[in-house]
Amino acid sequence: MKRHLISAADLSREDAISVLDTAAELASVAGRPIRKLPTLRGRTVVNLFYEDSTRTRTSFEAAAKRLSADVINFSAKGSSVAKGESLKDTALTLEAMGADAIVIRHPASGAPHRLAGWVTGNVINAGDGTHEHPTQALLDAFTMRQRLAAGGVGGSGPAGAGLDGVRVTIVGDVLHSRVARSNVLLLSRLGAEVTLVAPPTLMPYAVQTWPCGISYDLDAELGKSDVVMMLRVQHERMTAAYFPSIREYRRRYGLDMTRMARMPDHAIVMHPGPMNRGVEIAAEVADSPRSTIVAQVANGVTVRMAVLYLMLGGAEEAQ
Amino acid sequence: MCAMTPQPRPEVASGWKAVLTQEEIRRALSRLAHEILERTHGGDGVVLFGIPTRGVPLARRLAARMSAFEGAAVPVGSLDITMHRDDLRLRPARALGHTEVPPQGIDGKTVVLVDDVLFSGRTVRAALDALNDLGRPRAVQLAVLVDRGHRELPIRADYVGKNLPTAHREVIRVLLEETDGEDLVLLGERGKPAAREEGTTP
Amino acid sequence: MSELRGEEWLITGARIAGGDRADIHLSGGVIAAVGAGLSAPGARVLDASGLIVLPGLVDLHTHLREPGADDAETVETGTRAAALGGFTAVHAMANTEPVADTAGVVEQVWRLGEQAGYVDVRPVGAVTIGLAGKNLAELGAMADSAARVRVFSDDGHCVADPLLMRRALEYVKAFDGVIAQHAQEPRLTEGAQLNEGEVASRLGLAGWPAAAEEAIIARDCLLAAHTGSALHVCHVSTAGSVEIIRWAKSKGWRVTAEVTPHHLLLTDDLAEGYDTVFKVNPPLRTRADVDALRAGLADGTIDCVATDHAPHPVEAKEAEWAEAANGMTGLETALRVVQLAMVDTGLLDWAAVADRMSVRPARIGRVAAHGQPLAPGSPGNITCYDPAAGPEAVDPGSHASKSRNSPFGGMELPGRVVATFLRGTATVIDGKVTK
Repeated sequence: MKRHLISAADLSREDAISVLDTAAELASVAGRPIRKLPTLRGRTVVNLFYEDSTRTRTSFEAAAKRLSADVINFSAKGSSVAKGESLKDTALTLEAMGADAIVIRHPASGAPHRLAGWVTGNVINAGDGTHEHPTQALLDAFTMRQRLAAGGVGGSGPAGAGLDGVRVTIVGDVLHSRVARSNVLLLSRLGAEVTLVAPPTLMPYAVQTWPCGISYDLDAELGKSDVVMMLRVQHERMTAAYFPSIREYRRRYGLDMTRMARMPDHAIVMHPGPMNRGVEIAAEVADSPRSTIVAQVANGVTVRMAVLYLMLGGAEEAQ
Repeated sequence: MCAMTPQPRPEVASGWKAVLTQEEIRRALSRLAHEILERTHGGDGVVLFGIPTRGVPLARRLAARMSAFEGAAVPVGSLDITMHRDDLRLRPARALGHTEVPPQGIDGKTVVLVDDVLFSGRTVRAALDALNDLGRPRAVQLAVLVDRGHRELPIRADYVGKNLPTAHREVIRVLLEETDGEDLVLLGERGKPAAREEGTTP
Repeated sequence: MSELRGEEWLITGARIAGGDRADIHLSGGVIAAVGAGLSAPGARVLDASGLIVLPGLVDLHTHLREPGADDAETVETGTRAAALGGFTAVHAMANTEPVADTAGVVEQVWRLGEQAGYVDVRPVGAVTIGLAGKNLAELGAMADSAARVRVFSDDGHCVADPLLMRRALEYVKAFDGVIAQHAQEPRLTEGAQLNEGEVASRLGLAGWPAAAEEAIIARDCLLAAHTGSALHVCHVSTAGSVEIIRWAKSKGWRVTAEVTPHHLLLTDDLAEGYDTVFKVNPPLRTRADVDALRAGLADGTIDCVATDHAPHPVEAKEAEWAEAANGMTGLETALRVVQLAMVDTGLLDWAAVADRMSVRPARIGRVAAHGQPLAPGSPGNITCYDPAAGPEAVDPGSHASKSRNSPFGGMELPGRVVATFLRGTATVIDGKVTK
């Protein structure tokens, strides 16, 4: 694996499958009397979160602690430059504290790249602006492999397998979604067929160059999807004229029970969270057995354990 | 557990000597199965744990023989020790093997660890740590196909298929039907071209 | 200080605007003679064999930052950098602190330029008070001041209100002024970070559409036609803008345009590593845009090269992309970049470089003493350049500018400015300033 995990494109197909296979093995740790492994004992993992995100931060924290690493939480709200200590100074502080790995979430695209230039440890991107969120894509891929394995529910899918031929439809505010970007890159590398569905105003400008299909019509895609992943749509987008009203958005792009019934029987519903119940996803859909939303959270810890182990658990690889 | 493609039969060529044939392996395993049954009062409360990679098929074979001799099924599991190794930082992070705990668990049981070769003892030390995180066995014993000496820790095997005193520079290569397409134990010199050498000192 | 008498110089064996070799005799602040085998007893001699002699370069677009942001640059350091780049006159943009929207501030900047004595500083007056885009600044007062302002620009900001732009275009006709527009539709570029294209989509940076520049240029060309005024378009950056300007000129409308050296060479994929040295307004665009800009400069649709030299202190650039300041330095590398992008590619010869970097910008800026032919009687504003020097890697650390934000750091560029003369006095000799 590369030294930093900043973009899903940093992972080759082999790297990605290695993460998924490792996560599959680590999944059983949660069920053991001792939910800990000694592997990262003596290593320091810093959570550098410039955006509020209890869910992702605690996920990384749990992952690091289960591997016996020491965890330091460094919370800073708002833009670094405007509010005082610059990102560079924070980086130098963490470096002096001996951080082996820094997990960074930041509102500016590219912040992890800058950070990586100032520290000697490993940088893991936990979400930068509208750019990427690679561990989210990994846990999504893991969840898909788990739920769509031959034989259906149960097991984690054959080891060494990717997601070849799996048809994934991602619906929502793709333009502003780092989850969508990382998923398109990772899933296509794992052999899945990805289709993005959104109103034209929420599609990125050059999306035709991305390794995925695009459609403005959700209903046309439902019947041919193995996975339907819903993205959160923010109310602020309405005032910026991306779509006329929440009601129109829900009517055209919301996943309700009627639409879910049109999906194939084996198909699953995913959402990276947090959800807007009643907007992009109906409450009953979110709570249905086809929804993997809760499993995604659990898988998040396992997948992040795998990433931390593969990055920090061995000797530094020659780059 | 990861499926292994059987390796093509290596050239038993210059420098490589067969020290256990298929027949000898078969007989050793039968003897080991009897010994385990004898010392555990018929396998009462025994759980076998194979250490990946080749300890696993060996454990399965032992369990099958023990069940055949005694008439009662013997639970088998696998115990991956990667996360508990003491030499993790020496190489890039390794892929994990599969850990599977039989439904009966290990609390209060007699766990017999099974591996192909006993060398420095570090693998077994890691296995004891890994076992500790899974529960509290009543006792832990060790069965190996080959003991080649050169212990670096105070560890000894309870059941040994064959004692093979070796020089440190020599290499033992165990081939099994399930993983390599045939049963054979080879002895060679480090650096001599032969089949791929797996892992470090077990 | 400007000495009317100047020094006496004999420049020998130079290729005049890249053409025939000749000697130039500078005396009394003017070109006294041009010809072969001149003699000038008592004059200092500059052996210019192998060098190109150009009329002193004129920059229509520079940020000297003083008054206000003198941690980035001062008039003294900026004009020193300009002289080293071969410039003899620069137009200092108005987005200082305080804004140059009154006679007082423009006169202050003009005087600082005089005191430094490296180049003629021509302050640009703001179009609107405080660059706020709401009310016209006292353009007449600035024109009548000692600074004799003729170019007005809110650069940094667009004069977006179409009515205000119309009024400004009309108003300056009274004193032969020209409005230089920074074409950037504000609503289409709110929060924009990088050219709206494949790279920005991939990097998750808010897009800066070409149409936001082109729409304003088209509008302003029509307004200029309607009012019979002169319009100058700052830092053209897209292929579409070039086409619109070409069309406007074909109608005989009084539209002129400039392009920066960096837009002639660099593209948006350089932003891949989020290195903020490549963050600039207008943003770097695509290969197709670079090619169109080069063609436009070659055929004269784009009248001149203007550096948009925008110095910034280290901390303004050493941040996340979205927080970093826009801008690149450019005075000291301009001619070398133009050589690489335009001359070495066969798109311009040296006579055309003289036209685009001296004659036309002087005409647009209404700067009488610059951009004159290299002939007896013309003011002694001269640049001596060695196109055969190098190529050498650019080291921003060695620049005379106070700031280091050059996008060409580490890049190999050909050529070297050897000497610069301002009214017959050498400001740069052998690539170093004389004071």
